[in-house]
Amino acid sequence: MSGHVHKDYTGAKFGMWLFLFTEVLLFGGLFILYSVYLARYPKEFITAGKELNVWFGGGNTLVLLTSSLFVAVSITALRRGAKKLCLGLLGGTIACAAIFMINKYFEWSAKIHHGIYPGSAHLKELQPGEMVFFNIYYLTTGLHGIHVVIGGLVLAWAMLLIKSDRINADDWVILENAGLYWHLVDLIWIFIFPLYYLILH
Amino acid sequence: MSEEHAHIVPYKTFMGIWIALLILTGVTVWVAQYNLGPLNIWVALSIATLKSALVVAVFMHMKYESWLFKIALLSALAILAIFIGLTFFDVLYR
Repeated sequence: MSGHVHKDYTGAKFGMWLFLFTEVLLFGGLFILYSVYLARYPKEFITAGKELNVWFGGGNTLVLLTSSLFVAVSITALRRGAKKLCLGLLGGTIACAAIFMINKYFEWSAKIHHGIYPGSAHLKELQPGEMVFFNIYYLTTGLHGIHVVIGGLVLAWAMLLIKSDRINADDWVILENAGLYWHLVDLIWIFIFPLYYLILH
Repeated sequence: MSEEHAHIVPYKTFMGIWIALLILTGVTVWVAQYNLGPLNIWVALSIATLKSALVVAVFMHMKYESWLFKIALLSALAILAIFIGLTFFDVLYR
């Protein structure tokens, strides 16, 4: 009755990796922008970088590293048949995504309250190098934040598929690929944190 | 299922990597307190690279994938390195 459904796991995963490479090059371009301007305006970058709050950046680093652990463990749990544990871990990951964005909301609110946002009157009074720093900061962390939101939505979709057993212990490549995307979000933050929040302190 | 599936990574391995990532984060924050001049950025980048290697190898299962995946990853990183290299060749020696 039901014919053999061909599943190409290698192809599915390889396709995901190819997509992730384009993401790496996208953020790589932003990091090149950062490093070129750091070389041009080292002093202004130090002054501007001191405005960033290490606690927000560091806290969000811990949140993302932990969320990455949850996703990785959830795949093992699913394959061992522990569906409830898997769903719990994915719920934890989405909670981490929410905590990350709430932190970002408070962080950005404080900055914007102090008149630091792209195109603000205050920014125009600063040195050109400081203006560049904040513009790249908003561009990079904003694009990363969009990735966090998308990653959370993709994982929520994967949770629904697990609930209805469309993702199961024998067929989990969608969760695997969703997880790969989430790890990429973590990877990019691993570089954003020291470059923007730490290097200049 | 005809295709061979990668083996299941144990919970312990993931926990170990997570602890290593937390320790490395602590080290980055600690080192950043000292003014080492230009060395600061290289220390920070080295630790970040080490952390990403752990995430890619274990969390993203690259360690357990075939050579095809590993060569593809190295090619993508080589392309990024060429971009960065050529950009700085221009920026520094203009």
